[in-house]
Amino acid sequence: MSFVSYLIAGIGLGSIYAIMALGYTMVYGIAKMLNFAHGDVIMIGSYVIFLAVGKANLNPYLSILLAMVFCTVLGVTIERIAYRPLRKAATLAVLITAIGMSYFLQNIALLLFGADTKSFPDVFGLPAIRFADGRLTIPGITILTIITCIVIIIGLELFINRTKQGQAMLAVSEDRGAATLMGVNVNSTIALTFAIGSALAAIAGVLFCARYQALNPYTGAIPGIKAFTAAVFGGIGSIPGAFIGGLLLGIIESLSSAYISSELANAIVFGVLVLVLLIRPTGILGKQIQEKV
Amino acid sequence: MFKKNDSASKALLKKTAVTKPTKSLLSTLAMLVIFYVVCMILEAAGAISFTIQNLLIDVCIYAVAAVSLNLCLGYLGELSLGHGAFMSLGAFSSALFTNLTRDTIESDFVRFLIGLLIGILVAAVFGFLIGIPVLRLNGDYLAIVTLGFGEIVKGILNVTYVGYDDTGVYWSFISDRTGLDTMAGNAKMVINGAKGITGTSKLSTFTGGMVILIIAVVICGFLVNSRTGRASAAIRDNRIAAESVGINITKYKMITFTISAAIAGSAGVLYSHFLSSMTAVKFDFNMSILLLVFVVLGGIGSFKGAIIAAVLLTALPELLRGLSDYRMLIYAILLIVMMLLKWAPKSIELREKLKQKNERYRVKRSLEKKES
Amino acid sequence: MSDTMLEVKNLGISFGGLVAVDDFNITIKKGELFGLIGPNGAGKTTVFNLLTGVYKPDSGSIVLDGTDITGMSPINVNKAGIARTFQNIRLFGDLSVLDNVKIGLHNQYSYSTLTGILRLPKYFRVEREMNEKAMELLKVFDLDLSASFLASNLPYGDQRKLEIARALATNPKLLLLDEPAAGMNPNETEELMKTIQLVREQFGMTILLIEHDMRLVAGVCEEVTVLNFGKILAHGPTSEVLADPEVVKAYLGE
Repeated sequence: MSFVSYLIAGIGLGSIYAIMALGYTMVYGIAKMLNFAHGDVIMIGSYVIFLAVGKANLNPYLSILLAMVFCTVLGVTIERIAYRPLRKAATLAVLITAIGMSYFLQNIALLLFGADTKSFPDVFGLPAIRFADGRLTIPGITILTIITCIVIIIGLELFINRTKQGQAMLAVSEDRGAATLMGVNVNSTIALTFAIGSALAAIAGVLFCARYQALNPYTGAIPGIKAFTAAVFGGIGSIPGAFIGGLLLGIIESLSSAYISSELANAIVFGVLVLVLLIRPTGILGKQIQEKV
Repeated sequence: MFKKNDSASKALLKKTAVTKPTKSLLSTLAMLVIFYVVCMILEAAGAISFTIQNLLIDVCIYAVAAVSLNLCLGYLGELSLGHGAFMSLGAFSSALFTNLTRDTIESDFVRFLIGLLIGILVAAVFGFLIGIPVLRLNGDYLAIVTLGFGEIVKGILNVTYVGYDDTGVYWSFISDRTGLDTMAGNAKMVINGAKGITGTSKLSTFTGGMVILIIAVVICGFLVNSRTGRASAAIRDNRIAAESVGINITKYKMITFTISAAIAGSAGVLYSHFLSSMTAVKFDFNMSILLLVFVVLGGIGSFKGAIIAAVLLTALPELLRGLSDYRMLIYAILLIVMMLLKWAPKSIELREKLKQKNERYRVKRSLEKKES
Repeated sequence: MSDTMLEVKNLGISFGGLVAVDDFNITIKKGELFGLIGPNGAGKTTVFNLLTGVYKPDSGSIVLDGTDITGMSPINVNKAGIARTFQNIRLFGDLSVLDNVKIGLHNQYSYSTLTGILRLPKYFRVEREMNEKAMELLKVFDLDLSASFLASNLPYGDQRKLEIARALATNPKLLLLDEPAAGMNPNETEELMKTIQLVREQFGMTILLIEHDMRLVAGVCEEVTVLNFGKILAHGPTSEVLADPEVVKAYLGE
């Protein structure tokens, strides 16, 4: 039974990675950049909820909504100030800027909230569910996470395939120049992508912090990198890919910390990333792209 | 058909082919020597406190590390976020050696020198091994994978235990410490998992640091102005064109990356022999980002710039205590602002304008000169 | 010794069902200046990419001066003796004009990385030889006084010339020029024609060029092959082919 419970814990963690990975994969697919700061937007969103629920005693769901709004504004602002001017710059320059932005958010949080780890409130207060005469216990938060993730994935797929804005996103990701010629506003499409990704970051943040019940300025950094790994794993730019990659990564992490060593779990996860990029750099669902000569 | 005179082009050849890069190397070396001499004079005059002595070693460590990342970023055109890990490998392997041979090799100098070579070698070997998969990627993926590599190194070092007693050396891996519990009389831990390495003798000196820094600068300066360095820069500028003229992409990427890793390793050796205890967490990706800040601020590709930035950014927060709370925040802002200044269309426009203005001024002045 | 420089037989490639080049055959004699023309999207650059190893052909063979180079990597194709320029200029922009040519010379001059780092006497000797050779080449293209400039700072026409100089530095048997006159005004094209003729005379080079500018093709090429929808439409001496009504139709439509 313990294997099953580790597996389910892994799926729960993987669902969080999947939601985070959506932010990376959409931005990578559409704006062609690695938004290093995404993980830190998740962290900022978690602080908003921490303050709203823990200090202002706001309704948890209202707090999440507030955090989503806050993160959306933050994400769009970051895009506007730091990334948009660099749209024609070298990849390396954009990457360095994004790293700078990540570092900036971390240190702002450090100055505002201090370096100590805050105990994150049990926002949802869901009961655990017992199966098989209590031999298998699944925390309510895990179930909520999995359901939320599935709802988000389906919603996003519908949004992209059924709405005009979604189609515009597809167009921009395929060929920015051609999309411009077809009357798609590239800037606002990319801004919308950041808005959606950042709103999801707030959700990922609350789920992640509710799971570990801890929050500090570095909470977002490594999970963010892992979520990007998940996005690469599944095939960058692909929404179902982010889901599959996230789940696989969560399961690998959960099982390796259970059966090998919890201290080595991160090393194993990154080892998997190196292997994936070696064997299939385009990920499970990604498509092959060759540079034009 | 060719009316241009031969001597003019020969003179030009001399000027362009040899003088320009050598000049920049010479001026960097001159800067370092002057810096060293001034510090030594101040020390002789008793004007250098213990804190500042330590700070000077710190400065050397970061300058060497910045030089190594600058080689990678400037001449390979790839951002490695794993250079902290190469430092870590150099630091741990050399400190392990100097700790274990404390009683067998009497001369501190010899012990440190062998340790240094081991640290460099270990970092180079890992640079080579990591380079094989990593250098097939580029851009964002390369950055992420090198970051992942750093996390792997950190994770593994955090669960490594090495100790020794009168009978020999024992080691163990992951929290299971079997093998270590049989240690008897005079047992001593060298690498103690997440607690890191303890009891390293302080063998790093300012002079040693400066010597390593100067050697690193000379190696890089000579490398980038050689056949290998040119090939590497060609790959950086245009991989497809480099292939089309028969440059072996993998070979030259590997050489440059390995040398860069080796130099980072030497910075690690200095680091571990500067502090008596240290942990692997010190070398996480924050270290790599710190190095990135030095290189970006100094101007990507400029060894002199990287060194100056490393010296200033290491020394200033220590000297101006009030700054230290905000230093990381300032670094972050610096990274963003430097990139925006270089690449944002508005800033490019402004630069063009200034350039034109400058040009006009120069033309005007030369005309005036002619008239008078 | 045969007098054939390049023999391509039944060359074909398709991308995901789209046949880009099909049953492509050409034979180029040594010292010949050969043109490959055709409307946009006809597959000309794809042929170049096949010849230089950027793409691996699905079928057919490429023989360069008696050596089968089919399926070789771009690096080995260059070592075997084919050098090329690119439609969208690909220089090493952050390096000097001189260094661009020296990189072309890379495989003809050799010393180890260690020799370079240690500055052994061999380094100085070889570097001097490389500099002299590079300057010699630059002088041919009238670029010697710009040797110290960054390649990206050269005017457009000079950038094209530098690309040709760099390609020649690899000491090729066959030079491929991909739309060398693209984006040039009539004066620049005129100068380019002279340059191409010069390369041919001074280096005895065999040249295959892709071009849109019919004046240039008519001015320099002896023989042309016309490509349309990935297939050969016509082939023969330049003046005859350009007068062929089929060819005119392919270019102008009906």
